[in-house]
Amino acid sequence: MAVPKFRTSKARTRRRRSVNMKLTVPTIVQCGNCGNPVLLHRVCPKCGFYRGKQIFSPESK
Amino acid sequence: MKHKIGFNKLNRVSAHRKALIKNMMTVLFKHERIETTHAKAVETRRAAEKMITRAKVGSVHNRRIAARKIQDEAVLNKLFTEIGPRFKDRAGGYTRILRIGNRAQDAADMVILELVDQKVEEKKAERNKRKAEKKAKEAKKAE
Ligand SMILES: [Zn+2]
Repeated sequence: MAVPKFRTSKARTRRRRSVNMKLTVPTIVQCGNCGNPVLLHRVCPKCGFYRGKQIFSPESK
Repeated sequence: MKHKIGFNKLNRVSAHRKALIKNMMTVLFKHERIETTHAKAVETRRAAEKMITRAKVGSVHNRRIAARKIQDEAVLNKLFTEIGPRFKDRAGGYTRILRIGNRAQDAADMVILELVDQKVEEKKAERNKRKAEKKAKEAKKAE
């Protein structure tokens, strides 16, 4: 039966695993109405606008 | 073959899930706009769109099928007399999902699920009226 000849070093293990450990930076854009930084495809929590429309009034939140 | 017809089980057993979707649909037709999580909204939308399609043709058969899911008589009535006719010229796509960010406690992806032709202008007018009334009251108190 095939058996490993050498133990895998910490470095090798970590190098292999690190491929899937990358963190991604969320895309942040400026609100078209008030300039507040917002996540893409989200309603602006500050002014309640999305794609030029008032979705909710912020004082009710 | 059972390909590409999957759905989200929402971590519930089938009876629980059915009850949840029933309730969510009823509330959606009642208020026309609800706030919920993204996963629940997507599953509710699947069922609600089918209901509205039925409501466009107000036959007795369609009404009985809808009544299995919507057990609030008033809401069922509203669906067939108000919502259905409103969407007569629209071929599907009656609802809209707007993402509003993550919930404070558990960071759930929250959304607003609404009927696309929600009368925004009328509601605004109503809100302004209420505000004006409030101001008038406060002014009276100040006197
Ligand atoms: Zn904004």
